[in-house]
Amino acid sequence: MARSDRLNTIAEDIYNSLARGDVPSISLPSRTRENIVLDPLSMVWKYGEAKISRNASTLDGAEYLLKTLYLIDFIKEMYENSKTSTLREMYYISEGWGHAKFHTQDESDLLAEDLEVITHVSREELNLRPEENGASIIGDLTIEERNRKGEFKRINCRDDVGDGGYNIPYSVEADKLRLVETNAKFVLAIETGGMFDRLVENGFDESFKCILLHLKGQPARSTRRLLKRLNGEFGLPVYVFTDGDPWSFRIFASVAYGAIKTAHISDYLAVPSSEFIGITASDILNYSLPSDKLSDKDIQALNAELKDPRFQTEFWKTEIETMLMSGKKAEQQALAKYGLDFVTDTYLPEKLKSIGGQ
Amino acid sequence: MTGEKLFSQNREISISEFFNKNRHILGFESPQKSLFMIVKEAVDNSLDACEEYGILPEIEVIVQKADQDEFIISVEDNGPGINRKEVANVFGKLLYGSRFHQVRQSRGQQGIGITAAVFYGQITTGKHAVVETRIPGDDLTYRFEVGIDVKTNSGIIFSETPGIKEKPHGTKVTIHARGKYQEGKQSILEYLRETAAVNPDMDLKFTNPEGKTIRFQRTIDELPKKAVAVKPHPYGTEIGDLQFVIADQRNESITQVLQNSFSRMSRKSAGEVLANANVEPEKKAESLSLQEIRRIVEAFATVKIMPPQTDCLSPLGIEYIRRGLRNVYEELKPSFYSKPVTRNPIVYKGNPIIVEVGLVYGGDLSPEEPIRIVRYANKVPLLYQQGACAITKAVSEFDWRQFGLEQRSGAGIPFGPMILLVHVCGTKIPYSSESKEAIAQVPEIVDEIKQALRISARSLRTFMRKRERRGKANEKYRLVAQILPEISAKSAKVLGLEPVDTSKTISRVANVVLVRETVEKDVEGFSVKCSVTNYTKETWSFKLHIAPASGKSSLDTFEVKDLQPAATQIFSFTVNSDTPYSETEYYVEGIDPVYVIGAEALPPDFHMREISYEVED
Repeated sequence: MARSDRLNTIAEDIYNSLARGDVPSISLPSRTRENIVLDPLSMVWKYGEAKISRNASTLDGAEYLLKTLYLIDFIKEMYENSKTSTLREMYYISEGWGHAKFHTQDESDLLAEDLEVITHVSREELNLRPEENGASIIGDLTIEERNRKGEFKRINCRDDVGDGGYNIPYSVEADKLRLVETNAKFVLAIETGGMFDRLVENGFDESFKCILLHLKGQPARSTRRLLKRLNGEFGLPVYVFTDGDPWSFRIFASVAYGAIKTAHISDYLAVPSSEFIGITASDILNYSLPSDKLSDKDIQALNAELKDPRFQTEFWKTEIETMLMSGKKAEQQALAKYGLDFVTDTYLPEKLKSIGGQ
Repeated sequence: MTGEKLFSQNREISISEFFNKNRHILGFESPQKSLFMIVKEAVDNSLDACEEYGILPEIEVIVQKADQDEFIISVEDNGPGINRKEVANVFGKLLYGSRFHQVRQSRGQQGIGITAAVFYGQITTGKHAVVETRIPGDDLTYRFEVGIDVKTNSGIIFSETPGIKEKPHGTKVTIHARGKYQEGKQSILEYLRETAAVNPDMDLKFTNPEGKTIRFQRTIDELPKKAVAVKPHPYGTEIGDLQFVIADQRNESITQVLQNSFSRMSRKSAGEVLANANVEPEKKAESLSLQEIRRIVEAFATVKIMPPQTDCLSPLGIEYIRRGLRNVYEELKPSFYSKPVTRNPIVYKGNPIIVEVGLVYGGDLSPEEPIRIVRYANKVPLLYQQGACAITKAVSEFDWRQFGLEQRSGAGIPFGPMILLVHVCGTKIPYSSESKEAIAQVPEIVDEIKQALRISARSLRTFMRKRERRGKANEKYRLVAQILPEISAKSAKVLGLEPVDTSKTISRVANVVLVRETVEKDVEGFSVKCSVTNYTKETWSFKLHIAPASGKSSLDTFEVKDLQPAATQIFSFTVNSDTPYSETEYYVEGIDPVYVIGAEALPPDFHMREISYEVED
């Protein structure tokens, strides 16, 4: 079914309900932590059976339906005019939607995702795109990116880029980005810019034959999609190198198992074979790293992770409990305690060895 | 050194030192509070004088900076003025004016206040106070320089100058004093604002040291009910009090003295008291022993005596509280003013006490902060020692949760967008300390305050429930009148089809008759437009009774006739009300109320409703 028809189906359901004199409604999977399940085939987490229904018998529900219709109308208009819009632009455009106006951008972002979930059409296919978030890669990887003129340009992500690396575009699908070749043996995904720069300066990508990827915090979809393609098309293992705190654990979980908000597209985004080589609670103790005390919010987050189905492994349970017990967290740059080369000469080689990577 | 000289030196030191050491007792404990006390004492005196002489008060307060930490405070009123011969006593003698044999509710009571203010100015700056005063009928205004002779505890007049002034009567006091001027919760400005809230008959102008003038205008031309001076009641009398009255009537029989000096003392009850005290009724007062006086005082409690008169009290009353709150807090645009509560008097140790409560809710007040408690004793705002006060205790012990406020574990000061005014008045209010900044936490008074809070809180709850219901009616209206038709139009547009009729769906989601009003302010009051729309599948005829929240409505009842499905009938009326108009209550008769949103079932007592909390004399 064409994407436009999928959108029309929603409007038709509503229209027909009204014509019959029924109360129109929309139903979609519940997008909460309680409703994600492990798909044993792909080993990623997806939405389960629980559905929620928004119907027009309450003001909230009716407004949701109206906003959905406005969004559909807007997207169809973009199709006709071959335009795309950023999520933020869409939020501002809703200013003119009267009763269907969004109150916050969170609300409009969520509705865009809901529409993906309902229609099985990806956000990019809905012509909605996120802001550039500037995630980048450096390493011996050759790609071809289609530019604005429609021509594919060949780029080597080590030789043809500056120290900032190659900037990952918002869409990394094959029609935009072709993966040509690489000599790398694995991908190292790094949480913070400071550590990414350190590894670049130390030439880690060359000495260890790898691709360095800057996640830039919680990674954007395109970043995760690129990791998935590198893993799938070149068979490169993905190692995730983060800070040692509950938020970093979540970054790893979304790379490896899929994020709760995007569980409907986990198949496209998650790399279940990813390995965590970030700072662990045990590292903080073993390397006696400079640390900070866990804040109340950190403790809350750790306790939530203990209930998160994605963290129900022996490794994670032990690490989370150790962190709760020690009450300490540390940044990846705390490794500089032992000098600027410690991370590349000692820490990462030891970690890689321990997971059998090198 | 002679003994006499030593004595007089000791005396001089002791009076100065008494004041200095006991500044906190009188309230002059910090530079900031001292300025506040001077203004407070002068304004309290002005208001008392105006009230006693039946004058609508006009007061002007000016605080000027003279020097780094020296200020000039002047308070001018249009009161009855002060007799030339009394000036030295009123402003220069501590404890002047304290009378036991006359009791009535007034702001100042101990005869210390203004003298202490003059004294504080004198010892901190060495300057005399200036008093300008004119009594009605006199052509001249007299200007005095007044000081205090610390040796003899008496006022000294340094100069007296007659002059001509426009004002027909009144007094202006000017005091130089060291201090600190600040604005905030405990400040002159807040004191004046709170004073204005309970004295809507007052016109007040205040100019602060930066030269900014704030005015609280008079909003009521009616004088408050005057407190009548009465004799003290036997309950609560102490030995010293009885000795004091005996000293004036040495040659009378004790029976006569009791009858002359106390209220509610008939010949019969005096006889019972003396019999129980085992004192001869005809015994001359001067020949009573201390033992006998003590036995009489103890015997008072053993005899049943009529409760004290209550015309010695001057509660604010409902209208004063309503107008006052509005005058001062209108700028916060509260969404609700409760009907104020004036309780009947209770008696505490022979003295009558009345508790009054008013509250405003909503508007620009912050819902995340503790409620603001505005405390008054005998119409005087209490800005200090909130924690020690009976009012605070009553508010904290009251469970506000059931009345829609946030209060963790049902104790403590609740959170919510609310200002709560509590006034306790009486001839002899027990204070927690000499500075009279907090009412003592006496169980009888705390309980009585809680009773008054309960009545106010109930009206708040009624308001909140109504608001919630109105909110639901508005939600339903938006749903059926706006959102559903738009859903139909938009889904049709996406598909390139004609919009469908939504009336069937609408009657499924809202099978009701919706009553909604819009209110607009006009010159005379408020014009209200009310629409009645039928979203059910039946045709209805019923009566709608109109009860405005305040003021009078031009229409009592509207007859809804043959209201077809999907039809609307609109009617208009006006309400003249001078308080902010919040809502009309609509009651339906002749239709099952479950089919109506925005109006309620007609209460059985609707036609005889005239509940009043007015004070009974």
